[in-house]
Amino acid sequence: MFSLESITNAVQLWLNASFSPVTALLIQCLIVGILAISLFAVLGLALVYMERKVAAVMQIRLGPNRVGPKGIFQTTADTLKLVMKEGLTPDGADKFLFNLAPFVVMIAAMLILAPIAFAKGFQMWDINIGVLYVSAVSSISVIGILMAGWASNNKYSLLGAMRSGAQIVSYELSVGLSVISIVVLAGSLQMSDIIASQQDGWWLFKGHAPAIIAFIIFIIASTAETNRAPFDLAEAESELTAGFHTEYSGMKFALFFLAEYINIFIVCAIGATLFLGGWMPFHIGNLEAFNHIMDFIPSSLWFMGKTFFLIFVIMWFRWTFPRLRVDQLLSLEWKYLLPVSLFNLLLTTLIAIMGWHF
Amino acid sequence: MFLTNYIKDIARATKSLLKGMKLTGYYFTHPKEIVTEQYPEYKAKLSDRFRGEVVMLHTDTNEHRCTGCTACELACPNGTIKIVTKFDVQPDGKKKKALDTFVYHLELCTMCNLCIEACPTDAIKMAQNFEHSVFDRSQLTKILNKQGSRLMEGVE
Repeated sequence: MFSLESITNAVQLWLNASFSPVTALLIQCLIVGILAISLFAVLGLALVYMERKVAAVMQIRLGPNRVGPKGIFQTTADTLKLVMKEGLTPDGADKFLFNLAPFVVMIAAMLILAPIAFAKGFQMWDINIGVLYVSAVSSISVIGILMAGWASNNKYSLLGAMRSGAQIVSYELSVGLSVISIVVLAGSLQMSDIIASQQDGWWLFKGHAPAIIAFIIFIIASTAETNRAPFDLAEAESELTAGFHTEYSGMKFALFFLAEYINIFIVCAIGATLFLGGWMPFHIGNLEAFNHIMDFIPSSLWFMGKTFFLIFVIMWFRWTFPRLRVDQLLSLEWKYLLPVSLFNLLLTTLIAIMGWHF
Repeated sequence: MFLTNYIKDIARATKSLLKGMKLTGYYFTHPKEIVTEQYPEYKAKLSDRFRGEVVMLHTDTNEHRCTGCTACELACPNGTIKIVTKFDVQPDGKKKKALDTFVYHLELCTMCNLCIEACPTDAIKMAQNFEHSVFDRSQLTKILNKQGSRLMEGVE
């Protein structure tokens, strides 16, 4: 059976046999870096294409269909165009911060990739505080957005950045609380432990209603955290042209654009890991025969399938719902999501203590 | 009281959001609903009254119905039409005014249809062709009467 774990193990054995430990470690870091960057490039192209197609079909259109069969090279052509464009810096801009901001956003997205388990035994860094690390690092990207908005020397950019700041800071609470409810059930912050605890069923099904409510809150709040419609006030093209990246062009704009899609992937990957069992195949309790059949599908496929399903759901939101006003956005968080998730956390804790979950 | 209203609020919001998602989900799972018409391969059927450009009607024997009366030129609000006339010598020796060239500036035309309404002999009409893009503006100045064409017998 195909498994990524055997490949990584073989590479590790061969490297340790052929080089000194330090060199082997450096080569491994290099390989991981190359893999991460190529994953970013492929994801960027694939997700933009997917978004355009999903948007088109939901709006009864055809979407890109001229460049290559079914338009699959459309995003490649767009990227080439962006690479060849001039990267302008406005005269009044704070040049250093202006040029730094896209990289801060990008690096924040890259850092969260570390604790995500892509398949069985295929994980960069299995730290014991994986979930805490993710929620800590994900808030760095707001600094990049504020930097971009402030350094652009443009009213609309600054407005967009301030909105984004208010939005991300408030929605982080709900994301955190819904993540904590799964941590309570699993009893660990480590990604591999959380996945292992879903051996006999995913938390979405094992945790009764509180887990489902936590999942819904997680999806809503993480849509807001990635600045996507219906929470795209930071960009709000009809009000602020493009919000914090109004003044950016060429490759620096492409980095913001790419970071948005990478963030969606990461958020969905974490949602899939916590609620849908990550790479864990669909298992039902002690039905050995059924579980065994499910094990034949490679774990990497399970992970990607779940992640892309969640990405599709978030795209579904984007192409259905209208944008919220700023006051509506904040009242949704502070008056609805936060109290509900606090109460929900209490229920989850009760379930975990009494052992009512399956 | 407050709590029931609060929960009702959430339920109502969820219901309306799900309603919207049901519709977009229906469109996503039913690609046959797509209304896009792919232009160069598939050309939409235009309305009979669609006005694309002015053309002059010619018969198979290269005869037209234009007497060169310049009614269309006078009717045109922005000088799109320029008619040059000549004098034909008829068999009985009389001279008669006739059309020499019918110059039509497509780049100035607003497709207002006033020239067609003004024409007493129905010599010109609006055609359906709308693909007028060219690389040089001078190509938009057209001569509508064909080479060697003459006035149809009996049209005065």
